[in-house]
Amino acid sequence: MSALSEPSPYEGMPFDPTAPLTPSGNLRRRAAVSRFVQIAATAAAAFAIVVLVIVCVGVATRGAAALSVGFVVGNPQGLASGGIFNSLLGTLELVVFGALIALPLGVMTGLYLTEFAGPRSRTASLLKTALDVMAGLPTIVVGLFVYGLIVIPQHKESGFAGGIALAIVMLPLMARSSQEVLLLVPNNLREAADALGVSRWRTVLTVILPAAVGGILTGAILATARAAGETAPLLICNSLFNPDQTGLNLFHGVPSVSMFIYTSFDLPLTEAVTRAWGAAFVLMVLILIANVAARLLLARSRAKMAR
Amino acid sequence: MFGLCALAGALVVVTLVDVVYQLFVNAQPAISKFGFGFVTHTEWKPGFHEEAAGALIYGTVVSSLIAIVLATPLGIAIGLFLSMMAPVRVRAVVGPLVEMLAAVPSIIYGFWGLVVLVPFVDKLEPGLHSALGFIPVFGTPSPIGISFFAAGLVLTVMILPIISALTRDLFLTVPSELKDGAAALGATQWEIIRGIVLPTTVSGISAAVVLGLGRALGEAIAVSFVIGSVTRIQTSWFAPGATLASLIANQFTAPVNPLHLAAMFYAGLLLVIIGMFTSLAARAIAGRFDVTQRVI
Repeated sequence: MSALSEPSPYEGMPFDPTAPLTPSGNLRRRAAVSRFVQIAATAAAAFAIVVLVIVCVGVATRGAAALSVGFVVGNPQGLASGGIFNSLLGTLELVVFGALIALPLGVMTGLYLTEFAGPRSRTASLLKTALDVMAGLPTIVVGLFVYGLIVIPQHKESGFAGGIALAIVMLPLMARSSQEVLLLVPNNLREAADALGVSRWRTVLTVILPAAVGGILTGAILATARAAGETAPLLICNSLFNPDQTGLNLFHGVPSVSMFIYTSFDLPLTEAVTRAWGAAFVLMVLILIANVAARLLLARSRAKMAR
Repeated sequence: MFGLCALAGALVVVTLVDVVYQLFVNAQPAISKFGFGFVTHTEWKPGFHEEAAGALIYGTVVSSLIAIVLATPLGIAIGLFLSMMAPVRVRAVVGPLVEMLAAVPSIIYGFWGLVVLVPFVDKLEPGLHSALGFIPVFGTPSPIGISFFAAGLVLTVMILPIISALTRDLFLTVPSELKDGAAALGATQWEIIRGIVLPTTVSGISAAVVLGLGRALGEAIAVSFVIGSVTRIQTSWFAPGATLASLIANQFTAPVNPLHLAAMFYAGLLLVIIGMFTSLAARAIAGRFDVTQRVI
């Protein structure tokens, strides 16, 4: 070993190996830069939360003026009084109709990607690309599409068209979340079913779907909550209705909370704007509750499957 | 069962093709009248059979660029905070809260933006103008605060959760051996981030930013509340304007004539092309990372 014969890097420097290790000079600067970055990142996260709080408090304080039990469970009387019950029911009808279309299609697309297509399948990668592009479509464009597809041939705007548009908004989200959950289903289950000679479709129906149903449903709730707040497609396809109508015929215009906010806000009446804030508050609370609930369920079903 | 599932997949692809077809067919009158000049000219005068989207494209690009410039550093910083710095308990609370920003519907952002943010921007503008007025984009303050800048701020809030959630997931995929190795060599946390984490995920980060950009370019309702409806190219960010999507949201329910409707479908077609381009670009840039829009 010639280590001792090499010149020591500390030669000529006042180096005391017994001194305590404290940062000096350059190291102090590096530590300061790192500290600064940590503080900046923390501040960024704090900023995001502050914005969320400002939005929530802003909507809540302004919405509180309109809020009462009658506002939620009563029907509107004229343009500036009464509740928003018909709009709530209408939104519910539209998203349920949309989800009834999007959920089966989304689950089947997810099944195709995980269970039927091989890992190197060209079709599967085409389908994944298509789903990505669909998720990236601006929602107002989805509205324009359904306007051309349904509203123009039928010569009328309808909840039917609006529901289809919402289904298109939900479909890629549901396909994506089903695919993610299906990928979490342990391979042992598939192999055990294969070993028993069960055909693939029976495996899917009796083994894989039951194992994944919790996750699929929570994904569906999240996508439905997203659709419930959509305004652009409804503005295009389902904006013509009498705001205080209580009928919910899907083949005519159906009232919705988001359109209620949009139209009330344009009215030159202070009460109407207050009611728009109230509706915004109700909508936001419902969507946030759905999100929190879905998240808790998702964490639980993930933990269950990981076991 | 295989048949059904394959059919569902085929339906997705067919729908996507039909989207382009429907927009193309309904835009046909405008396409045959204006041709490609629709993109390069700037006059939008529906009453005079004169429509061109140049100013709208400008407005779309400017408002989205403001949002991207602001949201990218913020989003990456939040991603770093949530993946590397925060204690696990803090992550479990802050992460979902940031994602909640994405759950707030765009109509509420628009409404809130107009009533709360626009007056704030109105107060902010004179200060920015006097401090940075030598840069042309910080021009004379607008009378009420409805502006490209306000639209950019609303879009920033809307895409921030997308960028921060995606980058957080990316940073968590960086192998801990690499980070630990750097730490063992004496690197500070910033040096680990700068030397290991950011370089290994740069393609994924770019893809996340492109996804955020795609969302910003296509947002209609929130932007239509705070940007106004002025179809002119203006250098100042403090001037009101319009984007492709916000104009459709503002004018679609009351078209002046059939050509006006067709021109809006033409604008929609441009939006589809932009949207497809950003989605495909994000996929292409992402490379080995699985960056896809999720339900947040």
